[in-house]
Amino acid sequence: MSVSVEPMSVEVSGEAPAVALRPHAEDAFAHELAALAAQDDRPRPTRWKLSPWAVATYLLGGTLPDGTVITPKYVGPRRLVEVAVTTLATDRALLLLGVPGTAKTWVSEHLAAAVSGDSTLLVQGTAGTPEEAIRYGWNYAQLLAHGPSRDALVPSPVMRAMAEGMTARVEELTRIPADVQDTLITILSEKTLPIPELGQEVQAVRGFNLIATANDRDRGVNDLSSALRRRFNTVVLPLPESVEAEVDIVSRRVDQLGRSLDLPAAPDGTDEIRRVVTVFRELRDGVTADGRTKLKSPSGTLSTAEAISVVTNGLALAAHFGDGVLRAGDVAAGILGAVVRDPAADRVIWQEYLEAVVRERDGWKDFYRACREVSA
Amino acid sequence: MTGTEGDGRRGPGAGPLLLGVRHHGPGSARAVRAALAAARPRVVLIEGPPEADALIPLAADEDMRPPVALLAHAVDEPGRSAFWPLAEFSPEWVAIRWALEHDVPARFIDLPATHTLAWGRDEPGEGAQEPVGGGDGEPSARASGGPSGGKEDEPSEGTAGELPAGGDGKPPEGDAVELPVGGGGELPGRGGGRPSEGDADELPAGRDGELSAGGGGELPPEGDGDSGSDAAGQAADGVDVRVDPLAVLAEAAGYDDPERWWEDVVEHRGVGEGDAFAPFVALEEAMGALRETYGSGGHDRDLVREAYMRLQVRAAQREFGDGVAVVCGAWHVPALRQKSAVAADRALLKGLPKVKADMTWVPWTYRRLSRHSGYGAGIDSPGWYGHLFGAPDRPVERWLTKVAGLLRAEDRLVSSAHVIEAVRLAETLAAMRGRPLPGLSETTDAVRAVMCEGSDVPLALVHDRLVVGDLLGEVPRAAPAVPLQRDLDRIQRRLRLKPEALERELELDLRKDNDAERSRLLHRLRLLGIGWGEPMASRGSTGTFRETWRLRWEPELSVRVTEAGVWGTTVLGAATAKAETDAVSAQGLADVTALAERCLLAELPDALPVVMRVLADRAALDADVGHLAQALPALVRSLRYGDVRGTDTGALTEVAAGLAERIFVGLPPACAALDADAAEDMRRHVDAVHGAVGLLGDAVVSAQGAARADGGADDSGSASAVAPAHGDLRERWCRVLRVLSGRDTVPGVVRGRAVRLLLDEGKLAQDEAARLMGLVLSPGTPPGDAAAWIEGFVGGGSGGGMLLVHDERLLGLVDAWLTGVPAEAFTDVLPLLRRTFSAYEPGVRRTLGELVRRGPGQRGSGAAAGVGIPGFAADLDSERADAVLPVVRLLLGLDGDAASADDNDLVRVA
Repeated sequence: MSVSVEPMSVEVSGEAPAVALRPHAEDAFAHELAALAAQDDRPRPTRWKLSPWAVATYLLGGTLPDGTVITPKYVGPRRLVEVAVTTLATDRALLLLGVPGTAKTWVSEHLAAAVSGDSTLLVQGTAGTPEEAIRYGWNYAQLLAHGPSRDALVPSPVMRAMAEGMTARVEELTRIPADVQDTLITILSEKTLPIPELGQEVQAVRGFNLIATANDRDRGVNDLSSALRRRFNTVVLPLPESVEAEVDIVSRRVDQLGRSLDLPAAPDGTDEIRRVVTVFRELRDGVTADGRTKLKSPSGTLSTAEAISVVTNGLALAAHFGDGVLRAGDVAAGILGAVVRDPAADRVIWQEYLEAVVRERDGWKDFYRACREVSA
Repeated sequence: MTGTEGDGRRGPGAGPLLLGVRHHGPGSARAVRAALAAARPRVVLIEGPPEADALIPLAADEDMRPPVALLAHAVDEPGRSAFWPLAEFSPEWVAIRWALEHDVPARFIDLPATHTLAWGRDEPGEGAQEPVGGGDGEPSARASGGPSGGKEDEPSEGTAGELPAGGDGKPPEGDAVELPVGGGGELPGRGGGRPSEGDADELPAGRDGELSAGGGGELPPEGDGDSGSDAAGQAADGVDVRVDPLAVLAEAAGYDDPERWWEDVVEHRGVGEGDAFAPFVALEEAMGALRETYGSGGHDRDLVREAYMRLQVRAAQREFGDGVAVVCGAWHVPALRQKSAVAADRALLKGLPKVKADMTWVPWTYRRLSRHSGYGAGIDSPGWYGHLFGAPDRPVERWLTKVAGLLRAEDRLVSSAHVIEAVRLAETLAAMRGRPLPGLSETTDAVRAVMCEGSDVPLALVHDRLVVGDLLGEVPRAAPAVPLQRDLDRIQRRLRLKPEALERELELDLRKDNDAERSRLLHRLRLLGIGWGEPMASRGSTGTFRETWRLRWEPELSVRVTEAGVWGTTVLGAATAKAETDAVSAQGLADVTALAERCLLAELPDALPVVMRVLADRAALDADVGHLAQALPALVRSLRYGDVRGTDTGALTEVAAGLAERIFVGLPPACAALDADAAEDMRRHVDAVHGAVGLLGDAVVSAQGAARADGGADDSGSASAVAPAHGDLRERWCRVLRVLSGRDTVPGVVRGRAVRLLLDEGKLAQDEAARLMGLVLSPGTPPGDAAAWIEGFVGGGSGGGMLLVHDERLLGLVDAWLTGVPAEAFTDVLPLLRRTFSAYEPGVRRTLGELVRRGPGQRGSGAAAGVGIPGFAADLDSERADAVLPVVRLLLGLDGDAASADDNDLVRVA
């Protein structure tokens, strides 16, 4: 389930109408990276495309001396980004933790794009990820024909990153079986990958580093061994601190998504976005925004990424089937789908919330009615 | 400026050596030490109240350990007070120690506390008193300090608050003024400028005035007036509104955070390289430029203080020539440098209000130095500063090693490899952020990412234990008495309760005002850890309006009073502050409820909201029904005491009811799968809750009942209104009991107890109880469980038997069941019963046997009377019973007029 959720945060970033449905970060923001590189006069670690300062600026946004505006890729505490970038610069591996939808994958992609100019050296962790995905595999036709040789070897993204001094990414580290995870230990501590079949090894060159992401909620599925854990510096990406921050994130992303999906620009959906965010936050935190009423929390994660998708969905509805203005009815169905994951328990929670909170709230009448309609 | 420079450079040059510091800046402290060592002045003048001059030698006492504070208080108004906290890393402390070690006189040159303490009071309008210390009556002082301020440590705050005012003498504002908040005044304060070296951070708090209080400084706006708390408030306002000179400097340097700027530019700058005076000179220039732009920063009181300081400096110069060194907030340096006419300075000082002030040293704590406790001295991280000041070298490595040690002690896996990586990360982060050395924020980020796996939980521990720190200062016994002692003396005189070494008992009737006050005093002292009186079980009376104390004044209690002085300057204020702090730091829920009870006993209404909030939070988070059940009785008891003492217990009732609800919900699941010991505990919890629920219902009723009595005899309307809430709670409790009694996974002893309680409440018909008993004691039930059930039902142990003797209905029930058991099954049941009954005392067993032999139901009839209980008739002799009634009424304090009124009063008293 969260596997399906997670990709949302990775979703599109497209700026220009590219052929690819979702261009890589280094392509989508190529001009920003180029502008940063051109004006970056600070020291760069070996094989880094940008200095650590420029990487932090790329993620957090800012205006360059020549007037180029760098859009913020991550909205959140500056401190976190600084620690993350610094970690990569110290050759320690970086582990991004957080509940689904807190932009872990998004951050890791942009970090890799800014540091190495390539965010594609990616291993997607699943319960079935084999050792070959992290070490190397064999081209069996070659192997049978010519015997073991470097030509017959199929390098993994991690191995390529080591050889070329790039940043490798491992998504969903805690979903990978423990024995496979542990192959990372040698890579991270000795910075080398032995190939016993050939009596050779691949040594990481300077510039190599690894960014892993993991869900907090998955802790314990395949918890990291303490030996592996010790090789990582951990940064926990939090949920947005305030309603304002979250509304801002949602509007910004919806705007970007809308462009890449060719949705007509909606006049102003901010009110509706604010409502969606408020509902998500209240249910997630288990307490109303004024702090007066305790609420039960449904089983879904109700992350910011889901709020973004609810709003995007609503925009599409409004554009294609409505009058082009985002209204309560357009988001109601999306919210219902996001909140009610467990048909029995969550439905009760949602009804309680509607009756106890939404109905009483000033100016939410239309929203209440819309929700009642879809819930009925 | 060049002139200045010249002066600064050679101590013995043209004029006094002015060392502008940032209060509590470890870098400043080091620079002061270096400068003093280089200049070797013949006298050291320090910003601080001159009344404390006589106390300076105590600083050399070997029992004196910082952090300590100079406390100034109005003699006849202990609540009006001001504190000047000094830590080991305070430049002023360093200066004092240097002077004492080198046999050089040290003097305080700030405006005398006698004026600064009076400032608030006399100023029209502004709340006079308060300002300073809060002064008004004591209570208020403290009150203001404490509660309002920060509740946490109030003392500190309070004081702080005050202090400020007082503090600098005027200063309060003064400083404040300057610096905004932070530092208290002076920015300088903060900044104090110092040059420092290395240390970090910060902020200094203000200090200046030490007071730093910082906030104090700010006060200005208002004038002094306001109470401490106001001051604080203002301070805050001030900050917002006023220009922060430090921020101006920082902005000019391209920093968005003035604190960081100070740290990087001043505190982290090369340690000890070169000229010991250079940093002071540079700082003076900066401050000079600021003062030219901003003048006094809006704090007129600063001008008065500075005039006084100038006069003092001049006097010292006359006496010692050029060998004069002055340690003061950097903000004041330009003003002291400035040449102004003596006459003009004197004119400024004319007609200042006065109050009789007294000074002493009091122990202080790091926690109180930290900003979290209010505006205390206003530094965030006293522990970190202390480390910076104390570490001989490699402060970051040493710090992270310390952190690793702490985490290891808490059983977290932290290896040396972690420390190495943390150091690397911290240093790289510092480079990334463009700072010369890793500061607290870099090390904290590194600890979080490397040692804590990104979690803030262990980090909170690090912050609490290391960054803030637990250090408690000590003051030699020779230090003069603290105001708390004076306040205590006064109260003792007023209540005619003399401290005597001889042990004696004191009976208090809480219905009398004087006795009630005595009781409150003793309870408050107990809260403060001053065990003058120990409560004893009252002899011969179980009334809640009576208390018995054993009094004994031990000499060491005086020391305790001194120690308690950190909490406040009056008994009430100190007890309030202590209670609030205790509540926040309490470990378990039961501790908090016990504290709530003590707050009511000691009548600390200001502490109660904090305690209640903590209580509600703890109760909401505590998942262990056992804890909740333990907490409830004390809470309910508190309610009853509150009744007797006329305290408003509305909030308490609410919390208690909420607690009861949680127990109702959690109890049934918590009773599953318990072993014998746990089951026995649970039975006790059930009993305790049962009693508490009954009383809780009564409390609700009595509160309303009292109202009803006032309103008129038979106001059936309100009576019925009362009933639901009351009945509701009990009703639900009975439902819970019913659930317990019918659930097989619940241990027998709890089930039996539940049935019995239901029976007693009349919620379970007798034959239903009999059926349940038969069910349990039938062959299908494991023997152990059945025995436990009986034990729970009739009450095991030594007390249970008497109940059976006197409760004929109960005995009849058991008896009827027993006689109904078929002969062949009897031998199986026998061991179970024996297990319960053998625990009874022999006398009880015999009486039971006699009763049973007589057969069921006989005791109720007149015929069996003689045998029942020797000396008693079977039936009531109504004539004789009536004769007793007037006496009973008298005992209960009832007039005996209207029956309905009696009832009400009874309820109320109970």
